[in-house]
Amino acid sequence: MTPGGTSGAPGVVVVTGVSRYLGAHVAARLAADPRIGRVIGLDPADPAPEFAILLDRVERVRVDMASVGPLIDDLGADAVVHLALVTAPDQQHGGRMAMKDQNVIGTMQLLAAAQRATRLRKLVVRSSTAAYGVSFRDPAVFTEETEPREVPRGGFGRDILDIEGYVRGFRRRRPDVTATVLRFAPFIGSTADTTLTRYFSQPVVPTVLGRDPRLQFVHFDDALEVLHRSVVEEHPGTYNVAGPGVLNLSQAIRRAGRIGVPVLEPGLSGAAGIARTLGFGRYGLDQVDLFVHGRVVDTTRLIEEYGYTPRTTAAAFDDFIRAHRGGIVVTRDQLAAAEQAVLDGIRQVRASVRERS
Amino acid sequence: MSAVPGRSNGRPEATPGNGRPGRAPRLLVPLDAPEPEASTDPGSSTDPGAVNGHRPASAPADPPPDIWDRRVATGLAFLRRRLSGEYEVDEFGFDQELTDQVLHPVLRLLYRDWFRTEVFGLEHVPDDGPGLVVGNHSGTVALDALILSAALHDRHPARRYLRLLGADLVFRMPFVSELARKSGGTVACNPDAERLLRGGELVGVFPEGFKGIGKLYSERYKLQRFGRGGFVSAALRTGTPIVPVAIVGGEEIYPMLADIKPLARLLKLPYFPVTPTFPWLGPLGMVPLPSKWLIQFCAPIPTAHLVDSADDPIVVFNLADQVRETIQQTLHQLLERRPDPFGP
Repeated sequence: MTPGGTSGAPGVVVVTGVSRYLGAHVAARLAADPRIGRVIGLDPADPAPEFAILLDRVERVRVDMASVGPLIDDLGADAVVHLALVTAPDQQHGGRMAMKDQNVIGTMQLLAAAQRATRLRKLVVRSSTAAYGVSFRDPAVFTEETEPREVPRGGFGRDILDIEGYVRGFRRRRPDVTATVLRFAPFIGSTADTTLTRYFSQPVVPTVLGRDPRLQFVHFDDALEVLHRSVVEEHPGTYNVAGPGVLNLSQAIRRAGRIGVPVLEPGLSGAAGIARTLGFGRYGLDQVDLFVHGRVVDTTRLIEEYGYTPRTTAAAFDDFIRAHRGGIVVTRDQLAAAEQAVLDGIRQVRASVRERS
Repeated sequence: MSAVPGRSNGRPEATPGNGRPGRAPRLLVPLDAPEPEASTDPGSSTDPGAVNGHRPASAPADPPPDIWDRRVATGLAFLRRRLSGEYEVDEFGFDQELTDQVLHPVLRLLYRDWFRTEVFGLEHVPDDGPGLVVGNHSGTVALDALILSAALHDRHPARRYLRLLGADLVFRMPFVSELARKSGGTVACNPDAERLLRGGELVGVFPEGFKGIGKLYSERYKLQRFGRGGFVSAALRTGTPIVPVAIVGGEEIYPMLADIKPLARLLKLPYFPVTPTFPWLGPLGMVPLPSKWLIQFCAPIPTAHLVDSADDPIVVFNLADQVRETIQQTLHQLLERRPDPFGP
């Protein structure tokens, strides 16, 4: 019997997507937890060298989701943590087709394999707040019960709806397994490298003319903590994971010291389409829709169930700014100096006018 | 009195160039703090600007309360905070600073000086805790909602903000949607209404919607249908008192003589108005006529005892009807007190 197998924490944990940033960090953290016996990372690709160091205590199996078959059962997995999601098409790795293959088909095959695993007691699936779709009739704040009013235009949003559909089917067929679905807001932090962090790292940032969406982020470390607790504790259900509070896009750009350039929305959608067909740029319709509508979720359920409050969106974003000082165009000190200079100038002019009169 | 040493120090002989080094250490002092006057007061011995013995002439030589200096300083500080993103918005996108500093001052000119608005019955609006303010809608452009929120905030002793619920058309339009959110508005839907009310906010709704603002001038002050009474169920579910409000004056600002329906369909608008000035005078036709406005808040209707009946259509309908009748009667009373729509 593997240690921890009978108590709350699972003995054998299978983590997918360990070649990537999130998967590698989650697997490393689970492996460092003495309550957990074995951590096995599934990934068709070898991890990048910077993650390979993290994974020295993680057993790795190089396997494609298509051939995962009886593997989960053979490994005697107590818990499966599914993190292998692609958020934006990557032209070097097959573009949108490969993205959909991995997100939708990969999840379907993994859940089919997990369903046959007799020892399995826990399933943790990474989802996204993109599950709420976008519509002008949307409420300002999404709770976990909110149903999407319109199917999203973007590929990632549609994939997320499919993935959650498969999890619903899994829950019906394996009611004995604790299934946790975590709907993450976009990740941000000092080290995370995502589509959004790359977006905010540019000196000049395109926005949609006449729109100033409300955004929420979740700090990468908080996401790790929530994922870890989902594995070692029992939290069945679906949870929004986001930093409380809101930043407007314009506000975030200003705080980061960048310059926003408003672009007409059809232009931006068209540019996103052209960029995709030409094979560069990772901004898709998912991003355009987020920048028109914004997305804010309610995190009450997470805070009550996990007894853990992620740092606020503003604090998470501050952490990101501190780590990306490079591209700052306007600093706060410069603004304060300009303010003082203008004030001094006005005072001088007024004083000299007064003297003359 | 500090003005005397201040004048003797602010000698014209002191060259303005001296001002820079003396003032440099204070570059990062937050200018939004209330004490800029005090720290530039030349009479104070702790003033860092006076360390080198003589005050620069660039310092205000006026007696301390230099109102224009203060205005310029706060204006610049506001601009700096906006440009560096150092302000807060709530989860609905309400930007209190922008509302206070920019939106309400504009609306104040409009409701106070242009429309000469009088407000009655403010004691019926709760000082704290939730309340659902339900009003009549009019005026071709939904200006009455903005006037109501600005006047309520200015005149109410607790300076309450009215969180307006708007049609989704408002949130489809670029710019308009962001103004609506930043001024505290959100989409009219039950989840948002209940969330705001549970948060103890004062929520404003106009159940007539486009039927109210898009009606012809000949139909003025005749309340339209109240929809399905979704606002009542939001109040019932949260046990929030309903405060009916009657607004007189809004109907005359853009008297709608005709509605060109084919053009409205073409532009995907609920109506296309023809007023005595619009579209004939072009942009000039957008200037609202200076009607006299009266706003009367009515006694609140408690709903705390009806929380269990939120899904009962009869209870909801009856309550909506009661609110509608109250507003209609109050409108008639107000109209009697205002014989001339464009009076003083």
